[in-house]
Formats: sequence, C-alpha cells, structure tokens
Amino acid sequence: MNNNQGVLWEVFVQTKPGLPHKHCGSVHAADKEMAIQNARDVYTRRSEGTSIWVVPAEAIISSSPEDIGSFFEPANDKIYRHPTFYHVPEGVKYL
Amino acid sequence: MEKQLFNYLLRLSDSSLIIGHRLSEWCGHGPVLEEDIALTNISLDFVGRANSLYEYAGKVESKGRTEDDLAYLRNEREFFNNLLAEQPNGDFAQTILRQYLTDAFEIHFYEALAKSKDETLAGIAAKSLKEIQYHLRHSSSWMLRLGDGTQESNTRLQNALNEIYRFTGSLFETDENDTVLIAAGIAPNLSTIQHQWQKDVDTMLEKAMLKKPEKVWMQKGNLQGRHTEHLGYILAEMQSVHRAYPGVKW
Repeated sequence: MNNNQGVLWEVFVQTKPGLPHKHCGSVHAADKEMAIQNARDVYTRRSEGTSIWVVPAEAIISSSPEDIGSFFEPANDKIYRHPTFYHVPEGVKYL
Repeated sequence: MEKQLFNYLLRLSDSSLIIGHRLSEWCGHGPVLEEDIALTNISLDFVGRANSLYEYAGKVESKGRTEDDLAYLRNEREFFNNLLAEQPNGDFAQTILRQYLTDAFEIHFYEALAKSKDETLAGIAAKSLKEIQYHLRHSSSWMLRLGDGTQESNTRLQNALNEIYRFTGSLFETDENDTVLIAAGIAPNLSTIQHQWQKDVDTMLEKAMLKKPEKVWMQKGNLQGRHTEHLGYILAEMQSVHRAYPGVKW
C-alpha cells in the first residue's frame, strides 16, 4: 500500500429517503468523482444506502477532547432542560 | 433456433465470466484499498451475470447441464468469449483500458439486448444495464485521470492501448448463428453497435490525450473457439477446484 492515496474524505450514507445522512467512515480519493465512487463501492455494496455525501475531512471542524468540560458539562446540572418531568402515555412510539 | 440461442448465450456468458475472473485476480492486489474493493465489486457483477446466462443456457439446451457444468467442465476450444476479455491485467492502466473498451461496448450492446424478443434475455440485459452504467462511469473517470494525468500514467495507458486494441475487433465478430437470431429479433445487430462504440471510443481517446493505433490487424477466431494463449491458463486455475472435487457445493 503506497502513501500516495489522495486526501481523506468522510462518508455519510442515508439508509432510507427522509432519514438523516449518517457518518459511516472515510475513504481516500484524489478528486470528488473518485471520492463518491469509492464511497459507493466501500460502504453501499450490500445495498445499505439511497444517497451518499462525501466531505473533504479537512473541511470538518471538530471539537477537541479538552472542550468537553466547557462545551457539554454545563447542560448536566440544569435538569429543567431535560424533558423528564412528563408522564408518557402508554402506547406512544417514536419518543 | 434453440441451438443458435444456446451458442449465443454461451458467447455472452463466457465473455462475462472470463473478464469477471480477470478482475477477481486484483482482489488483495489493488493499488489502494478503495480500488481493490471497486474492482472486486465489478468482478462480482460480471460473474453474477454469467451465472444467470449459463443457467438460462442450460435450460435452453435441456440436457440437464447446470451453470457450474457449463462454466467449469468445458475446455478452451469450447469457450467463445471475446479475445479482449482474456487479456492479462497487466498494470492498472491496462486493466482500466480493457475495462473501458469493454464497458463502452456493453453499454450499447446491453441496451439493445434489453429490447430482445426473448423475454428472459431481455430481463437479464435490463438488470445488467444498471451495473454497466456504473462500470462505465468508473472506467471512464479513470481513463481521463490516467490519460490526462502525469507523463507516466499517460505513457502506461498508451502502451496498453497499443498492446490490446487489436483484440477489440473480436467484440464485433458475427457469423450465420447471429444472422438467424437477428432475423428473429432476439439478438441486436452488431454493426450498429460497432458504429456507436467507435464514436464513443474516439471521443474518449481524444479527451484522454491518447493516440489511436493505426493500421491494426484485428485478431479474431473466438466464435470458432480459437483464443490467445492466455485463456488456457485462466481455465486451468478457474476450473481446478471443480475438476478436483466434481459436483462440490458451497
């Protein structure tokens, strides 16, 4: 395997029309067309999808592990933000 | 008519199986992981198509031969695949070129075959056509990428073209067997398809900055079971398991 594999692309696959595209992995490719073809071949060959997005990995901005405290912990102590005080009627699906 | 249809089905299925087997040789050897999977996917499309065609051929012949019997228990002179299909993989450029030349033919051929008066054949063709559209998209984008890439990739693709272009004539070989089927509306007329193929290929070669070899003597003989030296080696490997364990099942 050589090092000249092109840049990294993140792959998002939609499993059914209407559902969100979910991240499922990444591929290497030299251009957009190669990226979408590689994504199709690697991630949808057992008919897992109805639509694919590929995004250059460098275009994705992610939070870093050090951000966990300032980003996410403040939400935990405000219990009134969590919809846990409602009585859920029986037989309700999709909550 | 059964006899002619059977021969015709063998030609189609042999061509699919042999190029499918060639592509399967890339499994584990692709230039990058993604391309390894891509070539293997395409290989499976061809083997799957060969399977459907052999199964139908066995029914048409009605001597109780299964798709395995037809694929694994015939010798070299009983195979009628086009000569392009059996050419070695060579380097990646040669594989891509062989694939492009094949896909550019199949896209027109199977589109026409999908209108065949034989319903089973038309059904198999319609299913294959979707796969072929993707094969062509894959090989076309690589043709442009390699041809219009670096000096090295262009040279490799040009060398491949000089080496295997002479086998493209065998895609269009016909005989009296075809005449009967064309008259019955079962088989498409290859001369129309050759015209469309040539037009597409010429355009592609120009875009990919390649020079079409001139004054090429086209190699033929596959309809009589005459092949290049490569087919014997393919069959020896491909059929060895079935011949060592006759009737073996997965």
